[in-house]
Amino acid sequence: MALLSVQNLNVKFGGPFGAITAVNNVSFELQKGERLGIVGESGAGKSITGFAMMNLLNAPGFIDRGKVLFDGQDMVRLNERQLRKIRGNRMAMIFQDPLVTLNPVLTIGQQMVETLMAHRRLRQDEAEFIAIQKLREVYISAPESRLGQYPHELSGGMRQRVIIAIALLLDPDLIIADEPTTALDVTTQADILELLLHLCMANNVGLILITHDLGVVCQLTERVMVMYAGEVVETGKTREVINDPQHPYTQGLISALPQQTLPGTPLKSIAGYMPSLLSLPEGCPFHPRCAYASPECTRERPSLVQYRDASVACHEVNRLHQETLVE
Amino acid sequence: MIIYLAKRFIQALLVLAVISLIGFTVQDNLAFQQGLNAGSAAAYNVETDAGFLTKYFQFVSGAIQGDLGTSSFFKEPALTVILKKMPATLELIFAAAVLVGIFSVPLGIFTALYPHHTISRLILSVSVLGLSVPVFVTSILLIYLFSVTWNILPSFGRGDVVPIVGYWETNFASWDGLKHIVLPAFALASVMLPLFVRLIRAEMRQVLKSEYVKYARARGLSPWRIYFVHALKNTLLPVVTVGGVQIGTLVAYTILAETVFQWPGMGFMFLEAVNRGDAPLIVAYLMVVGAIFVVLNTIVDVLYSAINPTVNLARMAA
Ligand SMILES: Nc1ncnc2c1ncn2[C@@H]1O[C@H](COP(=O)(O)OP(=O)(O)OP(=O)(O)O)[C@@H](O)[C@H]1O
Ligand SMILES: [Mg+2]
Repeated sequence: MALLSVQNLNVKFGGPFGAITAVNNVSFELQKGERLGIVGESGAGKSITGFAMMNLLNAPGFIDRGKVLFDGQDMVRLNERQLRKIRGNRMAMIFQDPLVTLNPVLTIGQQMVETLMAHRRLRQDEAEFIAIQKLREVYISAPESRLGQYPHELSGGMRQRVIIAIALLLDPDLIIADEPTTALDVTTQADILELLLHLCMANNVGLILITHDLGVVCQLTERVMVMYAGEVVETGKTREVINDPQHPYTQGLISALPQQTLPGTPLKSIAGYMPSLLSLPEGCPFHPRCAYASPECTRERPSLVQYRDASVACHEVNRLHQETLVE
Repeated sequence: MIIYLAKRFIQALLVLAVISLIGFTVQDNLAFQQGLNAGSAAAYNVETDAGFLTKYFQFVSGAIQGDLGTSSFFKEPALTVILKKMPATLELIFAAAVLVGIFSVPLGIFTALYPHHTISRLILSVSVLGLSVPVFVTSILLIYLFSVTWNILPSFGRGDVVPIVGYWETNFASWDGLKHIVLPAFALASVMLPLFVRLIRAEMRQVLKSEYVKYARARGLSPWRIYFVHALKNTLLPVVTVGGVQIGTLVAYTILAETVFQWPGMGFMFLEAVNRGDAPLIVAYLMVVGAIFVVLNTIVDVLYSAINPTVNLARMAA
């Protein structure tokens, strides 16, 4: 059985102009110890998908339809008490900005110990011992003295290490990391990502890595899911999707990478903007920006179709695929 | 910390110097008018012979030695008169502050957590009412209900007080004293309570939207711990600051509450002194209240730094 199985997930936001669908019909699976990347541009619904895994959406957001089976339990149907037992314990989350994630008026030690005590019966000194151990695992120097420090006394990179340590405190099965390095400088980014990869592999922890950086996805994940306007447009093995992208949007994302651009030439980008979720175009949501759009694309919404090891939601790819089959 | 307190002390002296200048000007004018009233311009002239600065210097050097003049009514040093009345006022303010603390925190939290609950709406409507009704109206209403109609609480004076030390006699050591302080304390608290309920509610709602609260939920912490440890501590930071300033203004409101309840404190005394044109007493009152303000603000700053780890008093002093 898969560790995590998401089936036809729909997340909506109620609003004055009617509900908008921020995540539309998303399905995927994650095996124990597997690492999945979720990529897409800003507003694609990546973070919302991540929070929906924990059933932790703030109003007006809500899960409208679908299942999130974690170890066989449907997170959508669990009550708050049952969810609390899973959150932070078997499924942990790493937030984007370490500068605002930790509570500024509580010490590092207090926040680590309270996390442990929320899930296990421990004495204060036992909890502190585990906390120190985990801080050591994320290479924080003098961990004993860190417990008494407040977040503002640590640098951004250090704080993100602490947050990773907190994520690992209870030996979870799954970590959801929402852009864990976006707020950090480049060298720190590389350190943190390497640490995350190392710890996930060493402890056989599953990882959902949310990012808009394809380079990071390449480095850390085995499978990738590309999202656009709340939908999955392409998913498959990371190496194959990056080397041989099928969906025009994925192709655009990859050719927009700075490494793909010759020195002296301007950076490429995908023309146009992602449509507002309030006024999604009919048919394929990407067609207004797509160079291959055909009349069919403006009428009918493509569904995910298996193509070799990947699944792609594109009429054009389907057509090419069928032609090769006929030959 | 010591450097900070020293700096604070110098600031306090500056503030008091300004107050003394104002106080002295008031006294000088009052003395002049009284001189005219008495028709003895000659007597006044003797005093006015000296220049303004010289007289101010005399006033200040007197004040430093604790001599703020002699009350023309009580025929006693003004400072002594005030020190006798001060405990009654400070106890009243203390009782009102405790009431504000006891009621505003739970009410503020409740209205923040359940903004659409009927009780929340009721609390907020009453708080608008409380904000707009003046203290003496609240006082009279309280007296009418609790003293006249139901006859369960006394409506004037301090009742049985127990001497503690010096001029300090306390209301908190006898049942009768406690009963006497309830109504005036509630009347005084009624000015601040609505403000604090609304402040705590607004701050709490802001804090509940923060990333660290979401992160606390993502770690599976209990709602109790999230609301009362994570959210409340951050909520109280700005509340403490505002609270310090507001407790200062409570001193001003005591004039009203003490008058309605015949509470023998400084505020009541001040009003009488104004009626009697007792200039030295008026000035002494202003000086003492100024000093109370400064002390309260210092206490608040120290308290703030104690609950906010990002504030460092040593750095604040630099
Ligand atoms: N509180 C909210 N109210 C209404 N709509 C929201 C709210 N939060 C998110 N959305 C909608 O959900 C969509 C997806 O948001 P999400 O935060 O998942 O984007 P993202 O892919 O994580 O982008 P980013 O890279 O900027 O983090 C947004 O485009 C927005 O329209
Ligand atoms: Mg996001």
